[in-house]
Amino acid sequence: MIMANIGLFIECRGGRVKETCLGLAAAAIGQGRELFAILIDAPAGDARSVLAAHGIGHIINVVTPLHPGTWNPAVWTDAVLAAMADNGIDTLLGITSPLGRELLPRIAARLDAPLVMDCMQIDLEDHSAKTSQYSGKVMATIALEGRVRVYGIRSNVIPPRPQQVEARIIDFQWDGEVKSDLVVLESRRGDPNEQNLSEADVIISGGRGMKDGENFKLLFDCASSLGAAVGASRVAVDNGWVPYAMQVGQTGVKVNPKVYIACGISGSVQHFAGMKTSRMIIAINSDENAAILSNCDYFTIGDLFEILPELAKALSEAS
Amino acid sequence: MKIYVCIKHVPDSGATITVEAGCRINENVTYLINPYDEHAVTEAVKLKAAHPGGEVVAVCLGPAAADETLRSAMAMGADRAVLIVSGHACDSIVAARALAAAIDADGRPDLILAGRESIDSEGMQTHFRLAENLGVPIASNVVKLDVTGGSAVVACEREAGTVDVIRMTLPCAAAVGKGINTPRYPTFPDIVKARKKEVKKIALDALSLESPRGKMRLRHLAPAVEERQPKEISGSAAEVARQIVEILKNEAKII
Repeated sequence: MIMANIGLFIECRGGRVKETCLGLAAAAIGQGRELFAILIDAPAGDARSVLAAHGIGHIINVVTPLHPGTWNPAVWTDAVLAAMADNGIDTLLGITSPLGRELLPRIAARLDAPLVMDCMQIDLEDHSAKTSQYSGKVMATIALEGRVRVYGIRSNVIPPRPQQVEARIIDFQWDGEVKSDLVVLESRRGDPNEQNLSEADVIISGGRGMKDGENFKLLFDCASSLGAAVGASRVAVDNGWVPYAMQVGQTGVKVNPKVYIACGISGSVQHFAGMKTSRMIIAINSDENAAILSNCDYFTIGDLFEILPELAKALSEAS
Repeated sequence: MKIYVCIKHVPDSGATITVEAGCRINENVTYLINPYDEHAVTEAVKLKAAHPGGEVVAVCLGPAAADETLRSAMAMGADRAVLIVSGHACDSIVAARALAAAIDADGRPDLILAGRESIDSEGMQTHFRLAENLGVPIASNVVKLDVTGGSAVVACEREAGTVDVIRMTLPCAAAVGKGINTPRYPTFPDIVKARKKEVKKIALDALSLESPRGKMRLRHLAPAVEERQPKEISGSAAEVARQIVEILKNEAKII
């Protein structure tokens, strides 16, 4: 049987390939199958060298008739599907990023294909994936059965692995019908320099112990020297101190950073559901009985209003 | 306006989950309505109030015990409910087909609402598949929803600060995020009233679903292992800060 090609949905930010997407290549390499990066309405030419340096030999430059700088999830879905069919792709990998959460299920739904989101591990030979369920209390191994398979991989789970190859660019102009039943009227983009929580390498979060929204400035001060994103617990959001988009946890964003610094967060099961896979957890809490202290890597029992200003100072000196 | 709201019957997020025989969880725990679905019901009830003459129907695929969860949805204001009874767990592909078939058999929806994900299997996809099966457009992570004339205008939050405003023609589907509203918790009379409302039961097998082209087969479940060994950092605030920086530099290597 001829093994079909593997597609990697590659996202760009500010004209550059997102680092976490290069991990997709590391997850797919070594199968003896050709890797096809799929970039859509993105600067594929600029991405060529970094993709070639990570073992990706083919770059599909998908161009849609949408106005530059705009997007439409239904159009992008159709265009990716057409690019997959045109290039013999039967396995698609993407990151469970905000965009991946939007596109990967649409693609799988159209194909009636199996999809596992937020994979912590994948085995492309065995067609299986590991993902967490029940608020991170259970790890499930799921077999993907079907002619086409889609995998959404949790951000930062698979580190990029350099491997130099030659890459060619395949221009793919999608000229299908743009339907009128779903129209994006407006996209209000966030600051492109601001760290996206779900993909951040470092996150500093605040909870009940922050006492009010003003005090989150202490966290932003530390975050700016660290290049970190700022998160929050549900309590901080429910009290109206910070917007819901900053909530980490079961009913918020699920994150997977290298370091998670939890300030004044007790560490409920629901909060852990969103951050328990962090490589390192550091907790700052004044309550010696806080649950988080027994489920972290480092903790300090103390007043965060004294520690955070010192930390901001030490970080700005160190970086 | 006829609004269908998809409801999932899930274990309480605080429940202790025990794995049995490596392939299922012990179901002898408290079950309730999936938290995101509470927001979907609340939004449906709000829409019905704004557009009088409509109906809110809660639809669920689950075990017979999910009747209780549908009663909660009706106590929150759904008018009636449909329960597709299945003795075994289904993957998202089958679940979406079943929900679509039950909705199709029940009536003509103007709007289908759901939560953006469930807190048990966390698959993040059933609503997209449902919309595909019904042949309607869908928006996900909806935090604002307005219906006027023949269309719905929704705000979808992608990540902090990034919002798309999308217009869909009716009928359409919307999977809501937590930011959309504050769930309306039922009063005691609401709960009593919900006891008398209708739950139409359909056996999953009776829907004679078309067989899917793909499948997600659960092969194994294992408890997640916690292996962290907490170490204390002590000293004055300045000393603690210095030690944290050292850890970030030498061990985490992020500085």
